[in-house]
Amino acid sequence: MKAIEKQRIQQQFQEKMDYDELLNCMRCGFCLPSCPTYIESVQDERHSPRGRIALMKAVVDGEIEPDEEVKRSLDMCLGCRACEPVCPSGVQYGHLLEQARDIIYQNKTSSPSAKLMKHFFFHQLFPHQNRMINFTSLLGLYQRSGMQKVARKIGVMNLLPDSVRTMEKVLPNVPTKHEMKYRERHFQPKDAKKKRVAFFSGCLMDTMFLETNKSSIKLLQYAGCEIVIPDQQACCGALHGHGGEKEKAKEMAKRNIQAFEEENIDYIITNAGGCGAFLVDYDQLLKDDKEWAERAKMFASKIKDITSVLVELEFHRQPLSLDDEVITYQDSCHLRNGQKTFMEPRTLLSSIYGATYVEMKDASRCCGSAGIYNILESEMSMQILDYKMKQTVATKAKTVVTANPGCLLQMKSGIEKEGLSDQVRAVHIVDLLLEAYENIRY
Amino acid sequence: MLPDEFKTKLVHIVGAENVADSNASKLVYSFDATPQFQSTPDGVVSPRNTEEVASIVKLCNEYRIPIVPRGSGSNLSAGTTPTEGGIVLLFKHMNNILEVDQENLTVTTQPGVITQQLMEAVEEKGLFYPPDPSSMKISQIGGNINENSGGLRGLKYGVTRDYVMGLEVVLPNGDIIRTGGKLAKDVAGYDLTRLFVGSEGTLGIVTEATLKLLPMPEEKQTILALYEDLEAAARTVSQIISNRIIPATLEFLDQSTLQVVEDFSKIGLPTHVKAVLLIEQDGNKETVENDMKKIMDICRENDAVEVNSAKSVAEAEALRTARRAALSALARLKPTTILEDATVPRSNIAKMVAAINTIANKYELDICTFGHAGDGNLHPTCLTDVRNKEEIARVEHAFEEIFAVAVELGGTITGEHGVGAMKAPYLHWKLGEEGVSAMLNVKKAFDPNNIMNPGKVFAKSERKRVVVTR
Ligand SMILES: Cc1cc2nc3c(=O)[nH]c(=O)nc-3n(C[C@H](O)[C@H](O)[C@H](O)COP(=O)(O)OP(=O)(O)OC[C@H]3O[C@@H](n4cnc5c(N)ncnc54)[C@H](O)[C@@H]3O)c2cc1C
Ligand code: SF4
Ligand code: SF4
Repeated sequence: MKAIEKQRIQQQFQEKMDYDELLNCMRCGFCLPSCPTYIESVQDERHSPRGRIALMKAVVDGEIEPDEEVKRSLDMCLGCRACEPVCPSGVQYGHLLEQARDIIYQNKTSSPSAKLMKHFFFHQLFPHQNRMINFTSLLGLYQRSGMQKVARKIGVMNLLPDSVRTMEKVLPNVPTKHEMKYRERHFQPKDAKKKRVAFFSGCLMDTMFLETNKSSIKLLQYAGCEIVIPDQQACCGALHGHGGEKEKAKEMAKRNIQAFEEENIDYIITNAGGCGAFLVDYDQLLKDDKEWAERAKMFASKIKDITSVLVELEFHRQPLSLDDEVITYQDSCHLRNGQKTFMEPRTLLSSIYGATYVEMKDASRCCGSAGIYNILESEMSMQILDYKMKQTVATKAKTVVTANPGCLLQMKSGIEKEGLSDQVRAVHIVDLLLEAYENIRY
Repeated sequence: MLPDEFKTKLVHIVGAENVADSNASKLVYSFDATPQFQSTPDGVVSPRNTEEVASIVKLCNEYRIPIVPRGSGSNLSAGTTPTEGGIVLLFKHMNNILEVDQENLTVTTQPGVITQQLMEAVEEKGLFYPPDPSSMKISQIGGNINENSGGLRGLKYGVTRDYVMGLEVVLPNGDIIRTGGKLAKDVAGYDLTRLFVGSEGTLGIVTEATLKLLPMPEEKQTILALYEDLEAAARTVSQIISNRIIPATLEFLDQSTLQVVEDFSKIGLPTHVKAVLLIEQDGNKETVENDMKKIMDICRENDAVEVNSAKSVAEAEALRTARRAALSALARLKPTTILEDATVPRSNIAKMVAAINTIANKYELDICTFGHAGDGNLHPTCLTDVRNKEEIARVEHAFEEIFAVAVELGGTITGEHGVGAMKAPYLHWKLGEEGVSAMLNVKKAFDPNNIMNPGKVFAKSERKRVVVTR
């Protein structure tokens, strides 16, 4: 890192980092056993929450320079926030990480390839739903035209890194462009109306995982919700926020707040843990913005994960059934640690007649997906995934349920990697619930 | 910085991947859980076995490079801050349980095993390892042995010392020795095992330990007694003991501690009362029931406003877990949390609690108190802010007075956290000059070049506690 960069970063650490929060860490180490990168790095404090907080503080205090290694330590963090609920001092680690990453990325010229990738994803693709649709339909074209088969056959895929290669194999069959573009935006409940909700459709969820979004709407209808999908909404900004692009994230937040304000609704429903946790945090993101702080608070207070509204509307008491099989659940870190939603998915899954719910060991430990972490930090990501697969296999489950698109793809990759595709499947919880619900009715 | 030649030799012993000396890796091992102490090492080394430890020690002895053995760095006496530089020695590769011997009721383990993992491993076989420091989820057995850690079960079952039967130790000259063993009786020579327990890494490096196990108690019950008056709670403690009942656990928490712990754990702790006692008894069913009945009576006789028993195993566990989180939860209230470890004979608990409150008022400080009341081991904990120099000065005075009162009441300056760098200036209060000098002679005999964790236990000169201003 160049001296001038280091200097700038250091100065901004002093100006922008929340020093009270840094001091709040009393270095007790209670967070160590929960941190996947600490565990997988064989207890290296550089890759522990306590260590990372100490590094951030040391940069503010001027004890060390924000050199490549400090950056490395922060890059290696999954941002899974497993360190937060176990911290008795209540350190808001996620916020510290966001602040630090934001400063580093705004001031550092990162490697050209990483920079290009980031720019492409963060500025060119995710913020523009139309481009997402086009991008995804390219993928559809690739899948449907037979090109995929050819590409796999002649081995061009071998040019890509391992994690991307496996990922390519497990991507869902994407919907057509027409389907993605022309959506209904208003739905009535099947029976009596209990709530009026708005659906946060997400960028990835509404393209690549459109099927899952459709299932979500159906479930909400069955549970008694009238649903609107405001069409001015944007990507939640989580990838930007976690990737050190805070300003861009704020921009997306404002667009969303505005889009949802216009509707008279009880809740804003999300079905992607990663998005939900970021949306819930909009009040933090915009707390210093006079014009937006109150509006952000209002918005954040309405966010609810689909599983939690389903439980509230007693959907688990509806008849649900599957074949006799074992199912297990992989927590989405952000759903669990950010939105504190972990009982609800279990309640729903345990109520499915026929299926046996088995909790996997360390279900709450990150699967290693973490946004685009699995591409940027492929090696660590795969190591974490290997552990996860070991625990999955131990449950003897036929179905692994997840609640976030990133985790879903990651678990699918894991299954592919272990050569288990014909024995185990990974599904999003709403797809499984719909299957179980409709199983009874048809 | 490590001398080049030294570093090359070090790499030769443990491999390059096990020697780190970048700025970041040194910084993250510059502190432990002790507030206000920090000091950077010159390098961090992770040996893979006893032979490597011995080679490292020989090398360090030759070059006069200090060695700071480090478990999980959870100690509260600045025992692992590299105050004189040198290398930090990690045991992350030495983390295997070697044997659970069901015939002799022992477990043999490497030092890097996490306390709770050891406990769980023996419990799987129906056996019981009692020492349970609140930090057991993170602390290592090697750290426990070197701090002689105690826990919630200390009152009835004693502390780590009472379970260490034998050790393998690398001495500062590189010799590997074995002390004690699986024998229940052994009086051959000095009891070196006991000498190493609690030696805070100043006499040698523990590379293996044989620990005593007990059969798992048949039954366990938990109650919570609530008080409107601190001293009534303290009185209850002395009364239970003088009635010749030794509960497995007898913990004290005052109101401010209760409030923060509840805020973290959300298990429905009573936050409206001034103090609670968490009391447990284990053993065979009949004794447990008898004891618990008597204990509940004593609580009521001593003005407990309510006495409740835990309704389920889960509830009891939640209570214990909440108690274990007390210290870190207190850290929520103010930027800096300074915890002390004053211990008195249990008959003087009430006096000590009263004195702490008077001292806190006198110096206008927020001091919360909780601790292992049954052992007379209290943790007055001051909530402050290092940036407020004036207040920190008052904190130092207050704690000095608290130690003084503790010693006056027949107590000591630390019941379980060790002396480290933090309490070193006060060691003579407890031992007298002659006592310190006797201990120093032991240290010199083992470690003439003072390479093992220098600057700990013995103060360089008699001085007040150093306040590091950062
Ligand atoms: C929230 C909290 C609660 C706590 N509760 C308790 C409690 O209830 N009871 C209690 O007694 N303590 C308690 N402690 C203090 C601390 O956790 C214990 O002292 C623990 O035993 C330290 O273990 P460690 O592995 O972290 O060792 P470290 O802190 O890393 O080291 C402790 C000492 O042991 C030495 N050492 C470590 N390993 C070796 C080895 N293999 N050979 C030679 N020397 C070695 C070190 O040099 C140092 O002097 C608590 C701490 C915290 C933060
Ligand atoms: S648990 Fe919280 S206070 Fe303790 S070291 Fe981790 S972040 Fe710091
Ligand atoms: S966010 Fe996850 S990976 Fe990062 S420090 Fe916390 S527990 Fe570790």
